[in-house]
Amino acid sequence: MNYFEVLRAAAPETVLAITVLFVLAADLIVLRGATVRGRFLMGGMLVVVGCLLAAVFTWLRFGQPDPLHGMLIVDPRTDFLKDVLLALTVFTVLISTAGRFTEHVGEYLALVLLGTIGLMLLVSAEDLLMIFIALELASLSLYILTAFNKRNARSSEAALKYFLFGGMSAAFLLFGFSLLYGLSGSTHLQEIAGGLAGKGADPLLYVAIVMTVVGFGFKVAAVPFHLWAPDAYEGAPTPSAAFIATGSKVASFYLLVKILAVGFAGAAGSAAWKNGVPGWVPVIAVVAILSMLLGNLTAIVQTSVKRLLAYSAIAHAGYMLLGVLANTPSGQSALLFYVITYALTVLGAFGVVTVVEEATGGDAIKDFAGLSRRAPLLSLCLLVFLLSLAGIPPLAGFIGKFFLFSATVAADEQNLGLLWLVVLAIVMSAVSFYYYLQVLKQAYVVDAPEDVPAIRVPLILRLTLLVLAGLVVLLGCAPGLLLNQL
Amino acid sequence: MLAWTIYISFIGVLVLMLLPREAARAARIIALLTAVAGCGVALAGALQQTNPGEAATIVKVPWIPSLGANYYLAADGISLVLVVLTGLAAVAGILFSWNVEKRTKEFFAFYLALIGGVYGVFLSFDVLLLFVFYELTIIPKYFLIARWGSTRKEYGAMKLALYSFVGSHLVLIGLIATWVVARAQTGHASLDLLELSKLSFPAGFQHWVFPLVFVGFAILAGLWPFHTWAPTGHVAAPTAGSMLLAGVVMKLGAYGCLRVAMVLFPEGVREWQWAIAALAVIGIVYGAGVALVQRDFKFVIGYSSVSHMGFVLLGLATLNAIGLSGAVLQMFSHGIIAGLLFAVVGRMVYDRTHTRDFNDLQTMQLGKLLPFAGITFVLAGVASMGLPGFSGFVAELQVLIGSWHAFPKMTLLAGAGIVLGVAYILRAWQKAFYSDTTVPDNSGHDHPLDPISTPERIGAAMLLAASLVIGLFPGLLLNWIQPCLASPLFERLLKGGTA
Repeated sequence: MNYFEVLRAAAPETVLAITVLFVLAADLIVLRGATVRGRFLMGGMLVVVGCLLAAVFTWLRFGQPDPLHGMLIVDPRTDFLKDVLLALTVFTVLISTAGRFTEHVGEYLALVLLGTIGLMLLVSAEDLLMIFIALELASLSLYILTAFNKRNARSSEAALKYFLFGGMSAAFLLFGFSLLYGLSGSTHLQEIAGGLAGKGADPLLYVAIVMTVVGFGFKVAAVPFHLWAPDAYEGAPTPSAAFIATGSKVASFYLLVKILAVGFAGAAGSAAWKNGVPGWVPVIAVVAILSMLLGNLTAIVQTSVKRLLAYSAIAHAGYMLLGVLANTPSGQSALLFYVITYALTVLGAFGVVTVVEEATGGDAIKDFAGLSRRAPLLSLCLLVFLLSLAGIPPLAGFIGKFFLFSATVAADEQNLGLLWLVVLAIVMSAVSFYYYLQVLKQAYVVDAPEDVPAIRVPLILRLTLLVLAGLVVLLGCAPGLLLNQL
Repeated sequence: MLAWTIYISFIGVLVLMLLPREAARAARIIALLTAVAGCGVALAGALQQTNPGEAATIVKVPWIPSLGANYYLAADGISLVLVVLTGLAAVAGILFSWNVEKRTKEFFAFYLALIGGVYGVFLSFDVLLLFVFYELTIIPKYFLIARWGSTRKEYGAMKLALYSFVGSHLVLIGLIATWVVARAQTGHASLDLLELSKLSFPAGFQHWVFPLVFVGFAILAGLWPFHTWAPTGHVAAPTAGSMLLAGVVMKLGAYGCLRVAMVLFPEGVREWQWAIAALAVIGIVYGAGVALVQRDFKFVIGYSSVSHMGFVLLGLATLNAIGLSGAVLQMFSHGIIAGLLFAVVGRMVYDRTHTRDFNDLQTMQLGKLLPFAGITFVLAGVASMGLPGFSGFVAELQVLIGSWHAFPKMTLLAGAGIVLGVAYILRAWQKAFYSDTTVPDNSGHDHPLDPISTPERIGAAMLLAASLVIGLFPGLLLNWIQPCLASPLFERLLKGGTA
């Protein structure tokens, strides 16, 4: 093994790791006397520079495609996804600069970066060991980020809940992986597929499938492994919640597809109406149905916007799982399109929540009353984000849904066997319109209480939200820009 | 050129958004100029088109190649009729909302966004693009009603939004299924309306997908029993909102039924023809019957819309050229007349008296106080009854002739709906304007009612003139509609459909 080759292939991650040290050092040595806000700004600048540098390294792409036998795959798609993750990190950090939830700025930013490194490695991994290590790196960072608001007991509670569920699901995942290794004699995904071929319907294989789905079902917050999500979203500092909801989702979905479609290639089965065949596809179908139903129906009764976003995230995970079970190349690119645009949208929505929380002290739906008067631009952004989540054209969420659903139906185009799942998804997305509209109704229809001042939005946040809203509109009108990369 | 109707409207939205908050007067003027420009472009573009039988491409550029979607705007005769209607309704709506003082610029921004979306639907020849514009109209509708409406506005707005959204999602299911089936059949992805209309989908597929798409669109056209959003929505909406809802938004639904559901699935239509006709006739009679017993002036007009849109759907169900041409003409005619009726009720009467209850209106002798409103209502009313000389007559006559060929018995029932129509208009007229109850009027009107303003007079005159012109010279529009129905696009739909 040539370590230099490994380092070259892992150049973007390495750059980020060095940035982590810089951020920590700068915060400890130089910025001790500065205000929290100043430290956030300076540290944030460092992070942005580091992420840009890392992105440059992904564009240069001068390493070998596979220097470590599946531990670290580098191809145009992983490079692009890493760019997306870096962009999401930058946006998250920019949104954090408005927050006042912690004095430990350096540690906070360092953990965000460490989480990003974990997610980037996750995207590149095609080996069970590496997958697990990367997953743990990302997860541990996210647990701590959830607990970062030390002044709020709910933050710690949420983190503990997240951690316990996470640890449990990691155990399940590891158990599944060990079964896979036992069945196939390898930890490399393609070799696993080879080893499983011809084994037939081994009960152990199904146990392994279910265990893997449990592990990743937790990561993407799919029912019935979602219980941590509403509490984590609500209790965590809003930027941390945004990071959990976005970057982590993108990477987890990419990996889930990779494991299922590559590792379990021979054990797909089918979820066609009345023609189901056992395998991982029906398992995913069950999880998807539960997520869509429970996520959407529970979101209706929420009064906190962050909890509402959490249940909507569960519902969206359900839609995205349809792209997984389509098990076709077009289904996978539709899924990636969907999850990326979803991440941009949700990040924006959390950005708006951050501002409103700072201004009103809460994130209840009624705290958004009269937002269109108090902060016209902010509420316009909120309008774009929530309508995109509801799937209103011409925003990215709509076209993403169209890609995803049409690819799912097209996976069985002769018999339209998967149409029933899509019908359910579309019906549920009609339900979702109602609860997004409840928030918008507060912002645009209900008047603010008497003489509340206008909300001042920090410049950085305003620009970030405008860029995100612009991207959501742009990718809705010209989806080719993103789709051609996937 | 016609594409500019869409662009102008959205440019208007942007300009309005950039205006300072207090500039109410400027907002009105900008909105009016935008609407007039849109209407002018619509008229000019329509007159320019030499062969209305063909879909003249306005712009066609690849949009999402992997789906086969194009940014494809085109217009044939039917589009022209509806685009012109939209232009007229848009201008009239602004004239009748000259008195909006609350958050004026936002009001007109949502208003123009709605108009832009409507133009877009009527000009789209790509199914996905049509759908995009169709859904785009939901949001402005919601906010217009919820923010500037009256009676139970939030309920009415939410009901309308949810009905529209559910309807459009039914369409979406059908659209995705159609896309997949078409791609499996031809080997390449396409969402081009003209291309898809040349395919013949399997009968079993049409059997279930047609009702899905048709009902999805027809919800917005007020198809009984999915019409219940219409009366509540119309009543809750501000005047311009109800004018647009009845005037053009309900037409979006009917247009989608014709343009997408019927053209793509001709066999499906034939299978379900009877069911549609039956629902349409129930809508006609039921709407008229319920309109007859309302106490709220606006509910009368709201239910009358359900009844009149029933004629559109009945015309569509006939599947013969005369019935279809009557249906399209009725879309135009009802758009104009319902707009005017809502203007009288909402703007001329309600904004001045602050009541729409017949029991209150009876005591006010509005016929004397607001003679202009009374006369306008009489004229619009007789136009709505279908008196010869107004557009409604030609349209409903054609529908009835067409329907007589297709289903004679149901036509008789629909005729009963017309009689009821005369009854409810006369009743409303008598109760609101010329009541005999001579209650001494000292109910505390210190201020006399504001006189009818100039914008109102212009708006009313414009709409009445449009209805009269089309009533006297229906050829103006029929020359656009009929060649279109004879075109290859409708060939399979009409072939043997008179059975």
